[in-house]
Amino acid sequence: MLEFKNVSFSVEGKDILKNVNLEIDDRFVAITGPNGSGKSTMAKLIAGIIMPTSGKIYMDGVDITDMSITDRAKAGISFAFQQPVRFKGITVKDLISLAAGKRTSVAEACSYLSEVGLCAKDYVNREVDGSLSGGELKRIEIAMINARSTKISVFDEPEAGIDLWSFNNLIKVFEKMYERTKGNIIIISHQERILNIADKIIVLAGGEVVEYGEKDVVFPKLMDVRSGCYLTKDNA
Amino acid sequence: MDGIQKKLLEEVAGLHDVPQGAYSLRINGSLHGKNSSENIEIVGKTDKAGIDIYIKPGTKNESLHIPVILSQSGLRELVYNDFHIGEDCDVTIVAGCGIHNGGNETSEHSGVHSFFVGKNARIKYVEKHYGQGDGNGENIMNPTTYVELDENAYMEMETAQIKGVDSTYRKTTAKVSKNATLIVNEKLMTHGKQIADTEFSVELLGENSGTHVVSRAVARDESKQRFLSKIEGKNKCSGHTECDAIIMDNATVAAIPEILAVDPDASLIHEAAIGKIAGEQLVKLMTLGLTEKEAEEEIINGFLR
Repeated sequence: MLEFKNVSFSVEGKDILKNVNLEIDDRFVAITGPNGSGKSTMAKLIAGIIMPTSGKIYMDGVDITDMSITDRAKAGISFAFQQPVRFKGITVKDLISLAAGKRTSVAEACSYLSEVGLCAKDYVNREVDGSLSGGELKRIEIAMINARSTKISVFDEPEAGIDLWSFNNLIKVFEKMYERTKGNIIIISHQERILNIADKIIVLAGGEVVEYGEKDVVFPKLMDVRSGCYLTKDNA
Repeated sequence: MDGIQKKLLEEVAGLHDVPQGAYSLRINGSLHGKNSSENIEIVGKTDKAGIDIYIKPGTKNESLHIPVILSQSGLRELVYNDFHIGEDCDVTIVAGCGIHNGGNETSEHSGVHSFFVGKNARIKYVEKHYGQGDGNGENIMNPTTYVELDENAYMEMETAQIKGVDSTYRKTTAKVSKNATLIVNEKLMTHGKQIADTEFSVELLGENSGTHVVSRAVARDESKQRFLSKIEGKNKCSGHTECDAIIMDNATVAAIPEILAVDPDASLIHEAAIGKIAGEQLVKLMTLGLTEKEAEEEIINGFLR
């Protein structure tokens, strides 16, 4: 379970997140909202990449606000980047081994890759460098989170670039991940099909939580405003 | 061989003992042992230190090891090794120098390696330099390599200096004939107050000759590196030189690529990039549970692999 208590984040006087209070304790929780609403900021706050300007973050009741990225990772938080990072000389298998926290066999690495729809033998020894496409990198990023299997997994727009693969497969990956971790999977997304599998949806706008509730309640409202602008506090 | 010498041998040549097949092993300034094979003849030079190596035309899938070990502090040597590689060969040559300096005097190995590669021959040349020792004496290695590739010959040169060499001046000169190709991959890491100076100079003389000269380097602490790579295109040819360096701490790196075309059909490219480890790379590995230090090591190890 993850809890934000009065969390704010600002940069050079500009408020990116304003006094966010929420608890996340469901299987799949989607975070959505317009560009610049603070979604990625929230993900980075969870992973410890940035620290809140004020407020506290708790994981299973433990205050993790001041914990480093490394310590949070060790405590069971995983984060799939929106823009995966490239490394010269480091192979896909190396990254999966690092993610799993142990030397993984080729067979193990392959099983994680197969789950995300990559033909494992073609990828396991590839360098995670500029020779891989954005879509391939996104899937490797997801495979790493799979290898980690932690209590909390955060995905920042995982659907980008997976057009050749199907959403159904991506959703299956999340379902299998939940079977393994029994934790909380938090997915930042604009995609209706992903929002549709969420148990709960958080809607951010202008750095504030304007809606947080069961998917069946929030999703129809989102569909109503899709043609216009997103929910804001005034029209919610 | 004692334990220190065996460790050095393993570091530079991946060998646990005297190798099988053709080899020449030089320890502390003199020949420890050599063995010619049916196709590879090793002859000691009479006018100066070093050996002549003759590889018979058509020799395939054979390897030659010529490691050098220095474990006596204060030893300085200059060795000449000439490789005469016959036509149509396909061989691997593993050279390397390991110095253990436990004393206060400077140890130095300077090797001058000349390769005369025959028509249609393929050579893989691996050279690793390594230094260790708890003394205050410096470890110096100055390898000079001269390469002549005959028509349609192919040579791949992998050089690595990862640790323990205080000062190095590495000079490689090559002449590449028609349809011949030279590939160079250099891996270099300097730390402490080390100095590494590398110079490549490749002349593409023949029609359709080609070269790739690639250097990946990491400079840490107060170390200084200079990388100079010059490719001259004197025919219809293609040349590419690339220097990619990670700079850390208070190190200094200079990359000086130079391409010179004197033929309108010469196609030459140079690339050079120097920068510190990208912050996002560190963050990504930290989100996998590594500390910043561990992440840094992983990134460097991968980069220099």
